[in-house]
Amino acid sequence: MTRRLIGTTIVASTLVLALSACGVTGSASTTATDSGPYKGLQVMVPNAPGSGYDVTGRAAVRVMDEIGVSSGTEVTNLAGAGGTVGLARTLTEKGNPNFLLVMGLGVVGAAYTNEGDAKVADATPIARLIEEAGAIFVPANSPYQTLGDLVAAWKADPANFAVGGGSSPGGPDHLLPMQLADAVGIDPGAVNYIAYDGGGEMLPAILGGKLQFAASGYGEFLEQIKSGELRVLAVTSEERVPVVDAPTLTEEGVDLVFTNWRGLLAAPGITSAERARLVGAVTAMHDSKEWAKVVKDNGWTDSFSTGTAFSSFLTDQDKRVATTLKSLGLV
Amino acid sequence: MDNLTLLMEGFANALTLQNLLFALIGVLLGTAVGVLPGIGPAMTVALLLPLTYALDVTGSLIMFAGIYYGGMYGGSTTSILLNTPGESSSVVTALEGNKMAKAGRGAQALATAAIGSFVAGTIATAALVFVAPFIVSIAISLGAPSYFAMMMFAFIAVSTVLGTSRIRGLSSLFIGLAIGLVGMDATTGQPRMTFGQPLLAGGIDVVVIAVALFAVGEALWIAAHLRHGKPATIPVGVPWMGKDDWKRSWKPWLRGTAIGFPFGAIPAGGAEIPTFLSYVVEKKLSRHPEEFGKGAIEGVAGPEAANNASAAGTLVPLLTLGLPTTATAAVMIAAFNQYGIHPGPLLFKTEPVLVWTLIASLFIGNTLLLALNLPLAPFWAKLLRIPRPYLYAGILFFAVLGAYAAGLQALNIVILLLIGALGYVARRYGFPVLPIIVGAILGPEMERQLRRSLQISAGDPAALVGEPLAVVMYSAIVIFLVVPPLVRLVRRRWVRRPDVPAGEETKPENADTPDSLVR
Repeated sequence: MTRRLIGTTIVASTLVLALSACGVTGSASTTATDSGPYKGLQVMVPNAPGSGYDVTGRAAVRVMDEIGVSSGTEVTNLAGAGGTVGLARTLTEKGNPNFLLVMGLGVVGAAYTNEGDAKVADATPIARLIEEAGAIFVPANSPYQTLGDLVAAWKADPANFAVGGGSSPGGPDHLLPMQLADAVGIDPGAVNYIAYDGGGEMLPAILGGKLQFAASGYGEFLEQIKSGELRVLAVTSEERVPVVDAPTLTEEGVDLVFTNWRGLLAAPGITSAERARLVGAVTAMHDSKEWAKVVKDNGWTDSFSTGTAFSSFLTDQDKRVATTLKSLGLV
Repeated sequence: MDNLTLLMEGFANALTLQNLLFALIGVLLGTAVGVLPGIGPAMTVALLLPLTYALDVTGSLIMFAGIYYGGMYGGSTTSILLNTPGESSSVVTALEGNKMAKAGRGAQALATAAIGSFVAGTIATAALVFVAPFIVSIAISLGAPSYFAMMMFAFIAVSTVLGTSRIRGLSSLFIGLAIGLVGMDATTGQPRMTFGQPLLAGGIDVVVIAVALFAVGEALWIAAHLRHGKPATIPVGVPWMGKDDWKRSWKPWLRGTAIGFPFGAIPAGGAEIPTFLSYVVEKKLSRHPEEFGKGAIEGVAGPEAANNASAAGTLVPLLTLGLPTTATAAVMIAAFNQYGIHPGPLLFKTEPVLVWTLIASLFIGNTLLLALNLPLAPFWAKLLRIPRPYLYAGILFFAVLGAYAAGLQALNIVILLLIGALGYVARRYGFPVLPIIVGAILGPEMERQLRRSLQISAGDPAALVGEPLAVVMYSAIVIFLVVPPLVRLVRRRWVRRPDVPAGEETKPENADTPDSLVR
């Protein structure tokens, strides 16, 4: 009974959404062919204010408005289900050329763990903007000085080895320790992963020595790393990171490169001219010195890519995430 | 007092005519946006942040402080007047505040909320200046077992206000716990009671639950009783707080501050638990416990102070660790980053001028907020002169708007109406609604902390009492649960035996002492 009731309401709410989407499309199509700056561009952030997607999206919008690529861009936060709700909403904007979704690795994973129908592949890829390397770190008083020490102890008793991360299952901080475990020969299913609500909530737990190690983007912990309260055993990027004095996983003999990345998707069903215009606007944003400053201030790495390079990257990420989650029985 | 000199320098930076104007604009905007239900402080700050981009660092920090405190305060106005809490931390304010408003004491409720917020904000900001490093070292030593014990304590404390019927109270509590279960399990990623709907994976927003139970439930109740006679227009009494109001408010303000600040400062604290606790404490300590549920001013003064004190407490981990404990704090970090400032353990050393200017700005924003809102309280209260059918139509409009704004989903409106119907049924059959909200807020948090504790200890339950604070909390719970029945038992024995030997007659008086402690 309840199920049917909710089913009906979903149909009703989808109808409402579809209708509103049509409304947006109708009014937007008149401006789509203009060649000047974008007016009334909508950017959707699939997470709460203050989150990584939010910071990335709002910074990009600010730069685009500042350099005159767009004006009066509207940012909307639509949090829920690790970004899946925002993704689903993007798919209902079919044919709307003025709509962008901020997304990243977390949304790819959440689309699987939430068993929704919305898949990243259904939207139109626009660009990858930045990446944030992950780090494997321990508190200053931890006995582990190298990644080798850590892995040896971890292998001996994975069940008693508390590993923390700032994302729910399917998110980047969850995927990283699982892929690391797999790469060093530990069954990912045996990993004792403790999910925190963002890096902020995890910080006291790692500083207080409640966790054996944490796997997360280093950006949020840069200040603790600088002050020596946290020790980075390895970074997960392909090459060393200038701000962190630590070897890469590959240097430590682990065959794994893992970076969290964020980028932009557009609504499905837009024409190639409309897509090219969005890519052009985002490229202009990326080439500005304002954006370079944003990337530097936030401790990100510029990893701009568009077109087929970004599309095939998305497909590859989709596969990798699916494999990891399948081995954990989450898909 | 090195800090004091630095603070004075901060004031010198912040107190220019131009900056005061920025503070005023910030407070006005923050209050205005904060009044809209469904748009909590985090969203308010995020929405208004671009306005500060054009300013220099000092100006923007000052405007920011105004927006922050303004947004925190704005939420309580709708709670009191319209029974429509704009954020989860002003849910408790609606309990007594709205009852006061209906009794024609809306202006007093708003005034005690405004002054309480000011007192709490000022004391807590001062505490931030002097005890921040000390609190941080404690905060870090707390792990999941301590949080779980603290939540158990809050849970038990709040469940003593379940109402007159234990069975009805417990039923409500379990309904709340069931609602809290909806969503994706944070440990394993399994969906629970989501009926295959990704929209439900994030759980049901607490604001939607609160607005549904309070505002929609009541609107339905009023509508159902319209045929029984034309309801009178809500009276609007004297506009100012009387002597008695002051006398009954000042202690709750201070107690609320003392409860709220430490909760705000610890990483898993938040503002909901301290507001609940403050309400319980005031109810237990009040000389007028019979007024609770009918509009007791203590029930507004305490929780509102706790709410604002916890907001200031949030800045402790933010400024000393770079640790955002709430969504609002996360937005603030984003704001700092745009100036290339990264809050962290070294911030007080690397950017002293900025930090102290921010703290001075908080004092200024807080003062302006009071100066703005106190005179406005009587005018806001006049809103209630609107005839009831129109008033409730307006309340329903705001409720629906708020529910939609909370997630931009039409599904939220459906949930609002369903839970609203539940709220009506609860009223009709005498089930208290507060336990439903307590269950929905505390249930998921307790589950997370319990599972996290057991995960870290690899399933060893001994870990639950492995931290000092946890032991203290469990001892407090035992005292809380065991002493009152014991006292009652002892008393009953004396009442049953009227032929008490003369020498033992002093004993019942001794038994009074522990009783008055827990009352």
